[in-house]
Amino acid sequence: MSVRHSLLALLSEGPKYGFQLRQEFEASTGDVWPLNVGQVYTTLDRLERDGLAESDDIDADERQRNFRITQNGVEELARWLRMPPDLTQPPRDELVIKILVASRLPDVDVYDVIQVHRRYLVQLMQQWTRLKEDEVRFDLAFALAVDAELFRLDAVVRWLDAADGRLRRSRQESTTDITEEVTRIRRRTGAHR
Amino acid sequence: MSMLELRNVSKVYGEGATEVDALRNIDLEVDRGSLVAIMGPSGSGKSTLLTIAGSLELPTTGDVMIDGSNVVGMSRNDKARLRRRTIGYVFQDFNLLAGLTAVENVSLPLELDGVPMKKARAQGMSALDELGLSHRAERFPDELSGGERQRVAIARAVVGERSLLLADEPSGALDSVNGEAVMRMILSACHRGVAALVVTHDAKLASWADRVVFLRDGKAVDETLSPPGPEELLDHDATNPPAS
Repeated sequence: MSVRHSLLALLSEGPKYGFQLRQEFEASTGDVWPLNVGQVYTTLDRLERDGLAESDDIDADERQRNFRITQNGVEELARWLRMPPDLTQPPRDELVIKILVASRLPDVDVYDVIQVHRRYLVQLMQQWTRLKEDEVRFDLAFALAVDAELFRLDAVVRWLDAADGRLRRSRQESTTDITEEVTRIRRRTGAHR
Repeated sequence: MSMLELRNVSKVYGEGATEVDALRNIDLEVDRGSLVAIMGPSGSGKSTLLTIAGSLELPTTGDVMIDGSNVVGMSRNDKARLRRRTIGYVFQDFNLLAGLTAVENVSLPLELDGVPMKKARAQGMSALDELGLSHRAERFPDELSGGERQRVAIARAVVGERSLLLADEPSGALDSVNGEAVMRMILSACHRGVAALVVTHDAKLASWADRVVFLRDGKAVDETLSPPGPEELLDHDATNPPAS
């Protein structure tokens, strides 16, 4: 979540004070991403340093300063909105690592490990879905943020399902391979059951 | 008392070498007003469980109690009456009759049950109205969008005094926004006291349920515990507990 660019986006609507930016940031993300006021002022200092935002009352207390976006800020915001995030490198996903490790350990039931995580994720999805039921608070920004979280968790559940299926198939095939190999050896050596 | 109760239900297809255990010792209760989801991969027994819960098929062993009556041992006529009066079905491919309008599709089960045509139609209209479809009542299924057809199917499933709703991948063919609308309708039926059982492989759908039961190779292997309230997600001082 780029706080820097989100604040620029809010400033592109018109000049604002720090506390106002914090409130509007939290509202625009449906309160899903909290932001402390210190982060807001640090980010505003950096935006000002980089020439992306400015304020007339430089000597005033930071809480009293009214910030506005500069032309460079407008251009930076437009560039950022259209620039795809870097998704080329897969993240170091702890859950993927756990399942890979579990699949190699002979004394661990990998399907049980998968189910523990599947259940936890579905429970988490139930919690997010409950938020959708409360339609009073369900404004557009909140709906988009909750959907994003549900789709992210859903993708993890789907990966677990795929891993479960792939592991079962691969174990079945290796069992079949061993049985066929034993039959071949028996035939070759003339051994009987 | 539960609206639906499966007691130690097993279902075996075939004999000898071709014998397949489709369901094994399933115990399941669905209370009035609650939504239970069954999740599992293809071939896990989800659809068999639903057809047995709906009395469309009998278990090999075990009991199926619907509104306190055991379906096992019930006469064919009694089962048919129970299905008409108590149970509503929603299928992935809607199963609407092409030659009937939306309202005729919805009121047909009532008419079959002996409700006079005028009264059945009024109840059908009211069910469609609740789902925001009264303006499409005179349209035929092929004149409706996928989302509208599924809403008609839900209206047909909950029309009259039906108190058990059984749904098989009810939003499988719909996009996520329409799929969510379908789950909201099922949930709203539950808030009116209907008991609902939904089978799906989709976690987004299952997450609307009060309880999710995981099926694997015909066995209920696990189920969700009651999750904490949603407010915890927005309480950023609280940490999410690890899986146990």
